[in-house]
Amino acid sequence: MSEEVVQPASFAFDPESEAAIAQIVARYPAGRQASGVIPLLYVVQRQMKRETGSAWVPLKGMDAVAERLKMAPIRVYEVATFYFMFNMKPVGKFHMQVCGTTPCWLRGSDDVLKACKEAAGVTGYGQTSEDGLFTLTEAECLGGCVNAPILCVDDDYYEDMDYDSTMRLIEALRRGDRPVPGSVIGRQTSAPMGGPQVLTDVPGE
Amino acid sequence: MALTDQDRIFTNLYGQYDWRLSAAQRRGHWDGTKGFIEKGRDWIIEEVKNSGLRGRGGAGFPTGLKWSFMPKQPGDRPHYLVVNADESEPGTCKDRDILRHDPHTLVEGCLIAGVAMGAHAGYIYVRGEYYNEHLVLQAAIDEAYAAGFLGRNACGSGWDFDLYVHRGAGAYICGEETALIESLEGKKGMPRLKPPFPAAVGLYGCPSTVNNVETIAVVPTILRRGAAWFAGFGRPKNSGTKIFCIQGHVNKPCNVEEEMSIPLRELIERHAGGVRGGWDNLLAVIPGGSSTPMLPKAICDDVLMDFDALREHRTGLGTAGVIVMDKSTDLIKAIARLSAFYKHESCGQCTPCREGMGWVKRMMDRMVEGRAEIAEIDVLEQVTRQIEGHTICALADGGVWPVQGLIRHFRPMMEDRIAAYKAARGGSAALPLAAE
Repeated sequence: MSEEVVQPASFAFDPESEAAIAQIVARYPAGRQASGVIPLLYVVQRQMKRETGSAWVPLKGMDAVAERLKMAPIRVYEVATFYFMFNMKPVGKFHMQVCGTTPCWLRGSDDVLKACKEAAGVTGYGQTSEDGLFTLTEAECLGGCVNAPILCVDDDYYEDMDYDSTMRLIEALRRGDRPVPGSVIGRQTSAPMGGPQVLTDVPGE
Repeated sequence: MALTDQDRIFTNLYGQYDWRLSAAQRRGHWDGTKGFIEKGRDWIIEEVKNSGLRGRGGAGFPTGLKWSFMPKQPGDRPHYLVVNADESEPGTCKDRDILRHDPHTLVEGCLIAGVAMGAHAGYIYVRGEYYNEHLVLQAAIDEAYAAGFLGRNACGSGWDFDLYVHRGAGAYICGEETALIESLEGKKGMPRLKPPFPAAVGLYGCPSTVNNVETIAVVPTILRRGAAWFAGFGRPKNSGTKIFCIQGHVNKPCNVEEEMSIPLRELIERHAGGVRGGWDNLLAVIPGGSSTPMLPKAICDDVLMDFDALREHRTGLGTAGVIVMDKSTDLIKAIARLSAFYKHESCGQCTPCREGMGWVKRMMDRMVEGRAEIAEIDVLEQVTRQIEGHTICALADGGVWPVQGLIRHFRPMMEDRIAAYKAARGGSAALPLAAE
């Protein structure tokens, strides 16, 4: 958090967030409400996305979580900064997370990264495009390795990517389209290219 | 003989069929669950022991034995089942398919495992990035509640069992069971010292057992078809079927459930379309997720894919994420990227890991260039030995094993890289020594 981040002056949970919180706190035993800290930080991040178009967790949001869960604010800050999925500063409308770990690298994640930079107009990881549309982040293994390389946009995995499909995806996002997530080369999820070779004779189907 | 669909547990692995309850029941799930519960804890644990099931999350510990560590008589503290769905080991994407395509195998397994360990509540800790997957899992749990399969008097068995989904937030370390518990309690995911083990002091200080998704999800089918059926697959002590994730330089990457102890070559050629450019174009394979040391082609030619066969070659089955690398691969760079991963994911609690992973990464980056002295290969190897075994958890061990595997099998490649770097600079490049 070294660079200047303009923090909002206040944060209050909206009705949609309150509904989510009510469900979350019911999951944990009495007195163990601190278990809700990660889920509530997600609630903050989602509300910021709704309100500002940027999914991030401001200081006042962390304070609101601390107050709600009766935790010391520092305990919430340390959780928020320990885990990688909480953005401590605003991100673009689309958060593009390129997996660069070895399984994706072997299948060409360098090309996906190159396309992201060119099409989104950013110079490297951690950058947000000038139009505020795209933030580029390097993700560590996203756990979709048989569909490598993976490009995760917000909550969705786009799989079996290459340079051209990445360019097309970013152009579509820019147009306001939201292509269906999953394999971009038409694979049936994690089945081999060309269709499943097994599970074709399943009892009950 | 290859496994047939009749003997596959995850019959909707690819999601070509409906994952919902009615379809899952049509495929045989949630059948006779009440009867298993009524047979009781001891019967369930004995069946799981007899099946030979070993944990599918990487360590391969016998599951029935692990469950038997839970206190037999409930005391004043509740017992908890915790399911590790934090699938983060590079090369691993099997639990993802269970969560999104066959969630009822897991939900039913949680109930049965809960009974076996005396737990009335279970938490499934799903890695944060699996957002869409966690929605499916939650919907499956909601269906099970609506059908009376979960909650009070689950399945009419008299056993109360509640099941919750909890999302992580992007930290590899939370796949370590005590870090996962810390995280679930609302703290940073920093591993705890063991002992005490979770079966004595786990979630909220209560007796707990943490199991991998696949481990739990295979249990209902084991009970339905019998321990002997499961134990009939694979070699002794390596029983069962297993989901393999075959990726990298193969023609058709895929997940597939196969029999344990299948030869690696057969696995790759039967299911993944073979190595790109043919088997002779193979350079090395990481057999069980990123932490397991790589094997050169000569061993891959006839090695079996199970715990003990891979251990004999000083590697492991791990999570069964099979990362195939052909002769075009810069192996040093492939391993250096893993070193960067472990540096990034070190939680920072133990000095040998926090400092060591960064040091190893920097050394590996130089090895990629060849900007090193040949003697530094030995220094690197020695330092990995000083890191290994000197930390609270096994992340550091898993972080240095890939480097050790590289040195063990491909040291000449590293030496050639260094020689080439020097030759390009007239043979006398001044180099920093390792203690940077």
